[in-house]
Amino acid sequence: MMWLNRDVVSIGDFSVEEIMEVIDKSNKMLPYAGTGHPDRPLSDKIVATLFYEPSTRTRLSFESAAMRMGAQILGFGSLEGSSVAKGESLSDTIRIVNGYSDAIVLRHPSEGAARLASEFADIPVINAGDGAGQHPTQTMLDIFTMWKESGPINGKSIGFVGDLKYGRTVHSLSRALSMFDASLYFISPEELKIPKHIKRDIEKHVPVKETRSLEEVIGNLDILYVTRIQKERFPDIEEYKKVAGTYIIRPSLLSAGKKNLIVMHPLPRVDEIPPDIDNLPQARYFKQASYGVPVRMAILDMILRGD
Amino acid sequence: MTEEKMLKVEKIRRGTVIDHIAVGRAFKVLQILKISSDPGVTVSIAIHVKSKKIGLKDVVKIEDRILDSSELNKIALVAEGATIAIVDDYEVIKKFTVKLPDIITGILRCSNPRCVTNAEGSVKPSFSLISKNPLTIKCHYCEREMETGEIIDNIF
Repeated sequence: MMWLNRDVVSIGDFSVEEIMEVIDKSNKMLPYAGTGHPDRPLSDKIVATLFYEPSTRTRLSFESAAMRMGAQILGFGSLEGSSVAKGESLSDTIRIVNGYSDAIVLRHPSEGAARLASEFADIPVINAGDGAGQHPTQTMLDIFTMWKESGPINGKSIGFVGDLKYGRTVHSLSRALSMFDASLYFISPEELKIPKHIKRDIEKHVPVKETRSLEEVIGNLDILYVTRIQKERFPDIEEYKKVAGTYIIRPSLLSAGKKNLIVMHPLPRVDEIPPDIDNLPQARYFKQASYGVPVRMAILDMILRGD
Repeated sequence: MTEEKMLKVEKIRRGTVIDHIAVGRAFKVLQILKISSDPGVTVSIAIHVKSKKIGLKDVVKIEDRILDSSELNKIALVAEGATIAIVDDYEVIKKFTVKLPDIITGILRCSNPRCVTNAEGSVKPSFSLISKNPLTIKCHYCEREMETGEIIDNIF
């Protein structure tokens, strides 16, 4: 499929081959992520970042990526002072911004907002997270991290631990990985198991292995993807403490894993990965966050120049 | 099967006969058509009728009312495969089977309260058909999947 002018709304819109094109391109961008692309290939482009809810890391990494490619940026990071605060509908805002820029990066609290925006815009729309819905560039940067830090994804054993029920990161990432023929393990308490409809989708490609015990499967894993368990999901604080405590990543746990095991986390973390893990060779979550820039440089270049 | 055998309850002079409704779904059809709240419409219902075609079936006859295409699409959501006969002067003048379209637009809202279609009034909710049995549809916008119970609760 042609990349020029393409919307990036949901990871489900992309095939394995297309995701791999993004991975390849991201790898080419990697040397320029810290210094900027010497050709400034997007110097004649304007990227609008419309953030209807705050998300420091995602917005900054998109803006950094755009600037590293030479593009100009406009937009807002909060609703204060914007026309949205005056009650303008999303579709109207998109129609207006469509005339001011060459691509729109949208973060919005309503699920499906980016799909809607893409129908009102002639220019490409990138979904930077729509409520508990999709966040496709996060999925692409997660896959890039796995590929870069752990090698080819086919045949890898990948474990997800924590809140698998509400965590959108896990939902889209595990769906995408099932198409790569990876072995997927889902480790969570009973109340936070992966939803049935996600499981059904994954099982179309690979079997789903579910367990409560991380110790039981740690030895099988090449990649451990940790997510935060949120307090507010539990009516009883004692129950929360008990469950959350079970899934804290300790050095002793990691030493029972494979030699090349890597640990990822979409961040922000709370207690699930204590700071003493940060300097262990398995820790890759800060690297993962840094890959947000080259992956978004690649995506912007692909949809704005078709290259 | 002869027409006499098919229509257990009295023939109607003019109106719509919905036949071959999956057994137990007749009341859902009425609920969707919002007919029970309209005292001006006479409705006959036969449930657990023996059918060579589908074993047991339900049948609904609505007098003096011809269903429009949006109503037929709604029926398909709970009674895929039902046969519709339009009757005039005791004769069947048109007969066809209701089929679920691949894309379902404008007849129900998304069950996800955080879906953008429930926040932006100007957008028509749209769903794609994922599976007929069990009936599962997926919101084009938020990608939430809905099954029969949720679907019926959210029909306009």
